[in-house]
Amino acid sequence: MSLFKVFSKGLYDQNPVFKQALGLCPTLAVTGSIENGLGMGIASTFVLLCSNLLVSLVRKGVPNKIRIPIYIVVIASFVTIVDLAMAGFVPDLHKSLGIFVPLIVVNCMILGRAESFAGKNNVGLSLLDGLGMGVGFTLALVVIGAIREFLGNGSLLGIPVIGAGYEPVLIMILPPGAFLTIGFVLGFFNWLENKRNA
Amino acid sequence: MDFQTLMIIAVGAIFINNFVFARFLGICPYIGVSKQLDSAVGMGAAVIFVMTLASTVTWLIYHYLLAPLPSNIFVKMLSLSSPPDLTFLKTIAFILVIASLVQFVEMVIQKTSPALYKSLGIYLPLITTNCAILGAALLNIDENFMFIESIVHGFAAGAGFTLALVLMAGIREKLDLADIPPSLRGIPIAFIMAGLMAIAFLGFSGLKLG
Repeated sequence: MSLFKVFSKGLYDQNPVFKQALGLCPTLAVTGSIENGLGMGIASTFVLLCSNLLVSLVRKGVPNKIRIPIYIVVIASFVTIVDLAMAGFVPDLHKSLGIFVPLIVVNCMILGRAESFAGKNNVGLSLLDGLGMGVGFTLALVVIGAIREFLGNGSLLGIPVIGAGYEPVLIMILPPGAFLTIGFVLGFFNWLENKRNA
Repeated sequence: MDFQTLMIIAVGAIFINNFVFARFLGICPYIGVSKQLDSAVGMGAAVIFVMTLASTVTWLIYHYLLAPLPSNIFVKMLSLSSPPDLTFLKTIAFILVIASLVQFVEMVIQKTSPALYKSLGIYLPLITTNCAILGAALLNIDENFMFIESIVHGFAAGAGFTLALVLMAGIREKLDLADIPPSLRGIPIAFIMAGLMAIAFLGFSGLKLG
C-alpha cells in the first residue's frame, strides 16, 4: 500500500463513520452545529494520533494477551490530557461537549485503529493512518453538523445563510434530527456505492 | 433523600433522558444487537446488571479514593493534613474499574450459573466498550448524586436502554419483511426508525415531575 493510500483510505474508502459505522455516539451527540462537530473531531484526532504513536512504539514489548487493557490505558491517558487542556483553553466548547470529551475513551474507532493498524505497523505508517482516520472522522462530523445546523437553524458556523423568512426545522437540531440525518446520509453513501458497482 | 426523589430520577432516566434517544449513549450495541428480540433481551439484561454494579463501584471509588473530601481514605492512611485531589484520574480509573468488573462478573457467572452464562456470555465482553456504562458513571458524578441515587440512576438508565433496544428489535424483525429501497436496507433504515422513535420519546420531555 502506498504512503498516500495509507493516509487517504480514512477519508472516504474506509471512512470511520460513513463506511465502518464506528464512533457513532459522538457523531450523533455533538453535531448540532459545525463548531461542536469540528471541536470533537479535532479532539478525537489528537487522541488517535497520540495513541497510534505510542501503541506502535511499544507494540513489540506488549504481551499479546493483555494488549487490549494496555491500549485502553494509553487511550485513557491521552483523553485525560485533552479533557484538562480543553477545560483550560476552550471552556465554552468543553462545556457544550459535556461528558462526550471523557467518553472519547470508549470511541471504538480509536481502539479499533490501535488493534487493527498501530499494533502491527511502524511509527510512520501508524501516524499517517491515525491522521487519515482522524481527518475522515472530523470530516464526517462537520458534514453532519453542517446539514443539521443549516436545516435546523438556517446558519453555517453560526452565520445566518438563509433569509429571515426561513422557518427553521427545529427537529433537526433536537435528538431525533441526529438519527434521521445520519440514517439518510448513510443511505446516500450506500446508494453511491451501489451505483458505482452497478 | 426520599422515595419521591428516587422515583423522579428513575422516570427521568428511563423516559425523559433516555440513554439512547436523548443522550446518545450506547448507540453501537443499540444498532448492532437489535436485529433479534432474543439477543436484545439478553443484551439488555447484561447492561442493566453491569450498569447498576458499575454505578455502585465507581461512586464509592470517586468519593473514597479520588475526590478531595474528608472521606478520602488516603487522609487517614498517609495521615495527610488535607485530602488530595485525584479527580483528574477519573476517566482512567473508571474505565479500568469497568473493564475489570466486566471480566470479574463474567467469571463469576460462568462458575455459578452456566445457564445464565450461556445466555449473557457473548454480550458481556461487548459491554466494556459500551459508552453507556462509562457515561452513567460519569453522569452520577456530574449530577452530584448521593450513593443510593447513583444506584437507582444506574439501574434506571440500564432499564431505559433495554426498553429502547427491545422496542427496536421488535420493529426490526418486522422490517426484515418490508419492502425497503435497497440503499436504505440495514443500518440506514435502523437509524431512521430510531429517529422516529426519538420523536415519540420527545413527548415525555413535557412530563412535569416533582
